[in-house]
Amino acid sequence: MEIELDEPESPEMIQILNKDGEVVGEEPDLDEEILKDMYWWMFYARKADEKALKLQRQGRMGTFAPIEGQEAAQVGASVAMEDEDWLVPAFRELGVYLERGVGLEKNYQYFMGDVRGNEIPEDVNNLPIAVPVSTQVPHAVGLAWGIQRKGDEGAVLCVFGDGATSEGDFHEAMNFGGVLNVPVVFFCQNNQWAISVPLEKQTASETIAQKAHAYGFPGILVDGNDVLAVHQATKIAFERAREGEGPTLIEALTYRLSMHTTADDPTRYRSEEELEDWREREPLKRFRIYLQDEGIWTEDWQEELEKKAEKKIDEAVEAAENIEEHSVEEMFEHMFSEMPKPLRDQMEYLKRSLEEKEIEEEEAEIKGGFP
Amino acid sequence: MTEMNMVEAVNDALHLEMERDGDVMVLGEDVGVNEGVFRVTEGLLERFGEERVKDTPLAESGIVGVSIGLALYGMKPVAEIQFMGFMWPAVDQLSSHASRYRNRSRGQYHVPMVLRAPYGGGVKALEHHLESFESVLAHIPGLKVVIPSTPKDAKGLLISCIRDPDPVVFLEPKKLYRAFKQDVPEDDFEEELGKARVVQGGEDITLVGWGAMVPKMVKAADHVSGEGINAEVIDLRTISPYDEETVHKSIRKTGRLLVVQEAPRTSGFGSEVVARAVKKEMLSLKSPPMRATGFDVPFPLYKMEDWAIPDVDRIVKKIREAIGW
Repeated sequence: MEIELDEPESPEMIQILNKDGEVVGEEPDLDEEILKDMYWWMFYARKADEKALKLQRQGRMGTFAPIEGQEAAQVGASVAMEDEDWLVPAFRELGVYLERGVGLEKNYQYFMGDVRGNEIPEDVNNLPIAVPVSTQVPHAVGLAWGIQRKGDEGAVLCVFGDGATSEGDFHEAMNFGGVLNVPVVFFCQNNQWAISVPLEKQTASETIAQKAHAYGFPGILVDGNDVLAVHQATKIAFERAREGEGPTLIEALTYRLSMHTTADDPTRYRSEEELEDWREREPLKRFRIYLQDEGIWTEDWQEELEKKAEKKIDEAVEAAENIEEHSVEEMFEHMFSEMPKPLRDQMEYLKRSLEEKEIEEEEAEIKGGFP
Repeated sequence: MTEMNMVEAVNDALHLEMERDGDVMVLGEDVGVNEGVFRVTEGLLERFGEERVKDTPLAESGIVGVSIGLALYGMKPVAEIQFMGFMWPAVDQLSSHASRYRNRSRGQYHVPMVLRAPYGGGVKALEHHLESFESVLAHIPGLKVVIPSTPKDAKGLLISCIRDPDPVVFLEPKKLYRAFKQDVPEDDFEEELGKARVVQGGEDITLVGWGAMVPKMVKAADHVSGEGINAEVIDLRTISPYDEETVHKSIRKTGRLLVVQEAPRTSGFGSEVVARAVKKEMLSLKSPPMRATGFDVPFPLYKMEDWAIPDVDRIVKKIREAIGW
């Protein structure tokens, strides 16, 4: 017997602006204000990220995951969301966070080792950062199921990276999403590197988008460095979600121009040529050219944005660095709605022991001589 | 002898065992081209090639699951989970399968694999990069749990783990990765699994710990020696199987016990040490066995991390409390 084996089908990539800012796809009809807004958030996120890297190198911030190169993917998706929609993030989401209304000082504070940076404004529907890869994806499906059950407005944007698509949680969540037909948009920022592991070692599939087909819903491949294309794709996915048509998987093909985290050295595993090639395709430049051609971008406006960004960033650093110190209580609070007695005892013990502390231990002392 | 830190010692053990036994393989996230995020696998890809040193997809359950399959087929996988905090998806494979194949198959199959993972706090890392849930692993019947605190032990113990016919989790305290160097024999050698090490002798109290708590216990012991208290310090090195003999022998001499663990307090491995001491050495004890531990909260972000781990100050006060009881 002969069996004809099927060929996997990968979708065509949607692109509106090519790397030189030329319109190559169907140009969306967007208000100037939205276009300006998109540019601002991308630019602000880029500047805020650059500042964070400087702070980290000066020892003023801890380890964090830079977003350089992914501004279009993040802002394009975020701008397509309505206030009632929910964001379920991973940990490389500064652009989405800022556009969604989480102040930069909170983002900085978190990466300065202060858990209070995770506090989200009450009117913003964001879940906090999720560090273990892909573990947040099923939560997005659960949230969307809740929205569906209660008959509420809104849908869920779940953001994750290419590495996340290898985890069991990703597949389980996609499967649940398809079976339950819930209003969720799975948004993969395929930046092509999971630390040192390139996409071709992550999956044998030609695209991530086509994985959606196996779970019974559409997958869209979009140029993740083209903010207009990302915005359109996300809008379409949200429309489907709102109309009860179920999940969509979006693969935003982008590139991590910076390191995985500030503890990483990408020169160990990828070439300068590849990096340069992707620098050519980076998202801000092409969008600026487009806006310039449209008569929206001017040097004066750019200068205005630079001043505005600088001021906001300075204020955020100031606020994050001068935050009141943690109290001991803060380490023990928020474990349960009420603190159980054994935990209260532990808290009292620590407070007492800090008050009576005699030995100032220097961490650096654990060196040499130890058998 | 060569001076090595713990990273170099673990790396040396991997080189020697891969050289000695062609069935030994290394697999995990970023262990190949990047040589591990802590550089523990430096030089392995270059020396042994992609067939034996594999950068895997990002999937912890998969890494441990395929390692079990490899081991069942007679290979010797040494898998890595990048940080212990990311091990949870793999705990199903460890608990449901790695630890049970021998028992389930009535001895017909066994799983000679090693799972390495950096663990523990005190290094100002992000959330989930600082956990120490070794007691959860020790709670899984059929799994050995080994934790070195010195470069020499790291090398000898890891070699023993790789040669062991059963599944072993080898936890590397990242606080000690580059904390100090030590003379380590150049050739391969084994340190016996399940055997504690008396780090320094003493008559007044027995301090028991593992991993990054060991140098803190030594410092605390030095501190109280000025007060005329001689503390015996024991590094468990393997928490499962637990070397009750060495600890109880010490308790019979000192009559006092303090366990130091950085993990949260409740149901930590210290509880096991205390329970056994009470059961078997009650008549030798002059004071209730005590614990200096972390707290029952998630390991905090770095602004609060110094509070989370028992420091020398807290250990010293517990020692005095036991002596003065």
